[in-house]
Amino acid sequence: MINWKIQAKGTWTLLKKELLRFWRVVFQTVAAPVITGILYLLIFSHVLDSRTEVYEGVAYSAFLIPGLIMMSLLQNSFANSSSSLVQSKVMGNIVFILLTPLTYLQFFFAFLIAAIVRGIFVGLSIYLVAILYIDLPIVHPWYVASFALLGGALLGTFGIIAGIWADRFDQMAAFQNFVIMPLSFLSGVFYSIHSLPPVWQKVSQFNPFFYMIDGFRYGFFGVSDISPYISLTIVLVFFILLAGLAIRLLKTGYKLRG
Amino acid sequence: MTKAIVFKNITKSYGAVQAVKGINLSIEKGEFFGLLGPNGAGKSTLINMLAGIVKPSSGTITAMGHDVEKHYQESRHSLGIVPQELVFDPFFNVLEMMRFQAGYFGKGKENYAWIDEILDKLDLTEKAYTNMRKLSGGMKRRALIAQALAHKPPVIVLDEPTAGVDVELRQRLWSFMKDLNNQGHTIVLTTHYLEEAESLCKRIGMVNKGKLIALDDTKKLIKRNAVKNLNIKINQRDELKIRKILSNFEILIANECLTITLEKIDELNSIIELLKENKIKFNDIQTTEPDLEKVFLELTKK
Repeated sequence: MINWKIQAKGTWTLLKKELLRFWRVVFQTVAAPVITGILYLLIFSHVLDSRTEVYEGVAYSAFLIPGLIMMSLLQNSFANSSSSLVQSKVMGNIVFILLTPLTYLQFFFAFLIAAIVRGIFVGLSIYLVAILYIDLPIVHPWYVASFALLGGALLGTFGIIAGIWADRFDQMAAFQNFVIMPLSFLSGVFYSIHSLPPVWQKVSQFNPFFYMIDGFRYGFFGVSDISPYISLTIVLVFFILLAGLAIRLLKTGYKLRG
Repeated sequence: MTKAIVFKNITKSYGAVQAVKGINLSIEKGEFFGLLGPNGAGKSTLINMLAGIVKPSSGTITAMGHDVEKHYQESRHSLGIVPQELVFDPFFNVLEMMRFQAGYFGKGKENYAWIDEILDKLDLTEKAYTNMRKLSGGMKRRALIAQALAHKPPVIVLDEPTAGVDVELRQRLWSFMKDLNNQGHTIVLTTHYLEEAESLCKRIGMVNKGKLIALDDTKKLIKRNAVKNLNIKINQRDELKIRKILSNFEILIANECLTITLEKIDELNSIIELLKENKIKFNDIQTTEPDLEKVFLELTKK
C-alpha cells in the first residue's frame, strides 16, 4: 500500500498543475468570461431595467446578476475540466498522468476541484464588479455557497465526461455549442420561468441548469420559482449520477487506456 | 529473487489483429536489456502494457514483483518510462514539468537535488526555465527523458529515446544511462541504432510479428547466428565468370570487390578452392566480423 502522504502529495500536485494551467492564461480563462458577463449585465439592465420587475421589489438588473454569475460559473467549470482533458489527449501529454501511480479517484478530485475553483473565481469576479454599481443583498449566504459549489462540481464533472469522450477539438466545440450553451441560456438566467407559456415552463423543469440558477438566486433574494430544497436535491442527485459515471469511465480507462 | 520485469504469456489483440502473440520474458534487476525489432513488431505495445496504458488481452506483467494491473500504484512507482512520441505540455517550463512529474509520485523538495542532477547530466540546466513549447526537437527529447527520471525509478524504460537526437547528446545520454545502470538501475531500451544496442545491452530480446524470436546475451546471440562476410578484391573483367562459379552463394560485386555472405566458416575454403580452380586472380582478401545488424536482418527475414 502506498502511504497517504504520498497519495495526498500526488493529488495536490495534479490539482496545482490544473490550477496553474488556467492561471497561465488568466485573460482567456477568467478576464474574458467576466467581461462577457458584465456586458450582458450592462446591455440587458439598460434595456429592461425600467420595464421589467420579475420579483416584487427587485430591480431587473439585480435579478439578472445571480443568473449571470451562475451561468458563467457553470460554463467555466465545464470549460476547465473539458478543455484540459481534450487538449492533453490531442497533444498526447495525457500520458504524463497515465504513467503515474495516481488512482482514478485522485484524477477525478484534482480535475473536479480545479474546475470548481475556476468557476467560483469567475463568478466571484462578476459579483465583485456588479456590486460596485448595483445594490445586491444576500439573504441566505449558505444557499449561495451550496449552489455555487454544487453547480461548479456538477459542470466540472460533466466537463470530465465530455473531455474523456471527445477526441477532437471540434467534438468539444459541438458539445459546448449544442448542449451547454442552450441549456444555460434556456434556464431562466434572463427571466423567471413563470413568465413562459405553460408548455415551456414544463420543458424548463427538465433542464438541470434551471434548478442551479433558481436555487442560487434564492440565496440572494429569498424568492425563487420553485422550492430551494427541491432544487438542491435535484442538483445533488444529478451530481451523484454524473460523478458515478465519470468515476466509472476513469476506472475502466475508457478512451484513455487501450 | 524478484525480477525487475516479467511478461508471462502476454497476448494483445486489436479486433482480428493479434499484435502480441504469447510473449514470455524476464528481465533481471540491474540488467541493461535491449528490446529490438522492426517497426510494428510489438515492442511499443509491450512497453505500453508494462506502463498500464494498454491492457493485455491475456497474461500477466509484473514490475519489481508488482502486478501492473492489480497493484498498479506500486508497479508504476518502480517504473520510469520515456514514451516514443515527442509529447509535451505547452503551459509549463522544463523545471515545472519535472517537479510535477516527481510530485505525482509523492516526491517534494527533498527530491530537488536529484532533479538538478538530471538537468545537469542531460545538459538542460540552462533551459530549466524555458517553456516546453520553445524547445527544439532534441531538447524536447531530453526533457522527456528527464521527466521519466524525475522520481528516481529503479527501472527505466526508454522507447526509441535517440530518434532525432544528435550524436553528441546520444553519447551523453548513453554515458548517463551507463552510470545509472552501474548505480543499480535496470535499463530497458528499444532502439533502431543496433550498434548502440550491441555496445550497451548485455542481453537482447528480438521481437518480430508479435513473437519473441531471440533472447540471449548479446555476444552469444551474435556468435550463435555467426555470419561472416568475405570480401575479395577482384578484376572487373572476371565478374561474369565469378557469378557463374559462385551461383550457389549469396554474393555482391561492386567497385571490384566481391562480397560473399558466409553461413558457415567452412565455406571459406571451398570458395577459395573454386576461385583457384577457375584461375580467378584476387588482389586482397579479408573477412569482416558479424554484427548485431546482420543477426537482426537474418532473424527477422526468417
